[in-house]
Amino acid sequence: MMMSLRDYLNRVKPKFEKGGKFEKLRSTFDAFETFLYVPNKVTSKGAHIRDAVDLKRTMSVVIIAMMPALLFGMWNVGYQYYISIGQHASLLENFWFGFQKVVPIIAVSYISGLGVEFIFAQYRHHEVNEGFLVTGMLIPLLMPVTIPLWIVAVSTAFSVLFVKEAFGGTGMNIFNPALMTRAFIFFAYPAKITGDLVWNWAYTDSSKVVDSITGATPLANAASDNLAKIPSLYDLFFGFIPGSIGETSKFAILIGAVLLIITGVASLRIMLSTIAGGVVMTLIFNAIGANSYMTIDPLTQILMGGFLFGAVFMATDPVTGSQTPNGKLVYGFLIGLFAIMIRVFNPAYPEGMMLAILLMNMFAPLIDHVVVRSNVRRRQKRSLKSSVITK
Amino acid sequence: MSNFKLLKAPFNRENPITVQVLGICSALAVTVQMKPAIVMALSVIVVTAFSNLIISMLRNTIPPRIRIIVQLVVIAALVIIVDQLLKAYVYDVSQKLSVFVGLIITNCILMGRLEAFAMAQKPWPSFLDGIGNGIGYGLILVIVSFFRELLGSGSFYGHKVIPQSFYDAGYIDNGLMILPPMALITIGTIIWVQRSKNRDLIEK
Repeated sequence: MMMSLRDYLNRVKPKFEKGGKFEKLRSTFDAFETFLYVPNKVTSKGAHIRDAVDLKRTMSVVIIAMMPALLFGMWNVGYQYYISIGQHASLLENFWFGFQKVVPIIAVSYISGLGVEFIFAQYRHHEVNEGFLVTGMLIPLLMPVTIPLWIVAVSTAFSVLFVKEAFGGTGMNIFNPALMTRAFIFFAYPAKITGDLVWNWAYTDSSKVVDSITGATPLANAASDNLAKIPSLYDLFFGFIPGSIGETSKFAILIGAVLLIITGVASLRIMLSTIAGGVVMTLIFNAIGANSYMTIDPLTQILMGGFLFGAVFMATDPVTGSQTPNGKLVYGFLIGLFAIMIRVFNPAYPEGMMLAILLMNMFAPLIDHVVVRSNVRRRQKRSLKSSVITK
Repeated sequence: MSNFKLLKAPFNRENPITVQVLGICSALAVTVQMKPAIVMALSVIVVTAFSNLIISMLRNTIPPRIRIIVQLVVIAALVIIVDQLLKAYVYDVSQKLSVFVGLIITNCILMGRLEAFAMAQKPWPSFLDGIGNGIGYGLILVIVSFFRELLGSGSFYGHKVIPQSFYDAGYIDNGLMILPPMALITIGTIIWVQRSKNRDLIEK
């Protein structure tokens, strides 16, 4: 089976090469061929991790790392749904319900985003950017499950077009395209993704049948001083709470994080410094204690909302993050700091993580520039000093 | 350059917004709906045309050291006249345009055209150049406001064009279109399209 596929590809390949019948579709063919088989070429340029594997294989690791969060997210969609209608469902029923709801979102995200990518690849005669494999999977994880599919399609197309292709494609974008998709929906269709309401799960008493189909997220409760309604650390950590599809279970996210760190795909420095930034900011707020949101302890703050998801999957994006080791520390730390600050200071933006990461995406090149310059200056000074001594 | 070219060049190849990159701020601010955008465009056309004409007629008598002040006096006088006319005849639109009519005085297109063209050219070509640049500016305003009003409020010149059945089926107006960032992106897209049509406009 596998061999015949390879044979088939080899057989039709000449048709797609220069002068062949389907020359115009060359990049499309190339995309499928390299997706199916490891090509002879390896990544040669761009802001990626340089290694013996090509970009598609690196992306595959990230996809695998997202699987725990995705699978748990599917189960949780069903779990929250059956709680809201007051029924008890088996593990499989929960998962099946969520599977039916989540798969269309994934499909729409890929079709819409890859559609734009393929059009651009044909138009500009380069190979299809594989970066969208990860982006397309991240987008559904960032969405509430009730998001209308057409909004997913529109916003994905927007962000691939204006955030990625307009800047020159994979590796050239300033902002994280997946996060921009969410930000686009956040500002364009605020009623659908405010971050303070979630679908089909009323947050009052889970043992009762509730007729309301939306409920407040932990973040919204925290912002409106309903501290008593914040779920237990256990629920927050394992993710038996309402929220966007991929972000509820911190346990599943950490499994992904371990995989990313072991394979060296994502930066441990960024993850840790982001968390450190969040903890420091929370401790400062604890010391001030001006309102009840400020008194929430660091652990709860870190476990609430999309903080960990952002720290593991979004902040570590090698394209939009800082590149230098010291720059990564500053970059991550400021993300954590701003995320908590936005959460606490601005109740209109319950989830500060998205905006904090996008803000720091913008400053990442500046941070790198400062780090590199200061290193150059330090070494200049040192060489100057040593030359004085030798005289 | 023939007179007709003077009039036509700013529509596309020498467009004040997309090529000369002047007058961006007001283009972002007044393009939420088409009506204010069109009124703003007309006001700018009038002011650019007549300030170019007047300055061109005065150009040999203006001492170079105080020319900016003279230009500003002319522009300011014209803007005040336009502002008063708007207040008298289209009060609601003038309320929507608020400070932006007054800010035509600081619109870079005006000073740019006076300095670059009217100070060295005869009145008639200057007048045409003023009209051309005003229309070039207005053209972009109308295009941007068309898309922003259509996608942001679902209407065209104040009339609902997206049928209610769409909304019933779950369509929602794009709230981002009403915010200024989207005006910037729309103008960016126009520049993108224009540059890919006229490749020689692409900066190195």
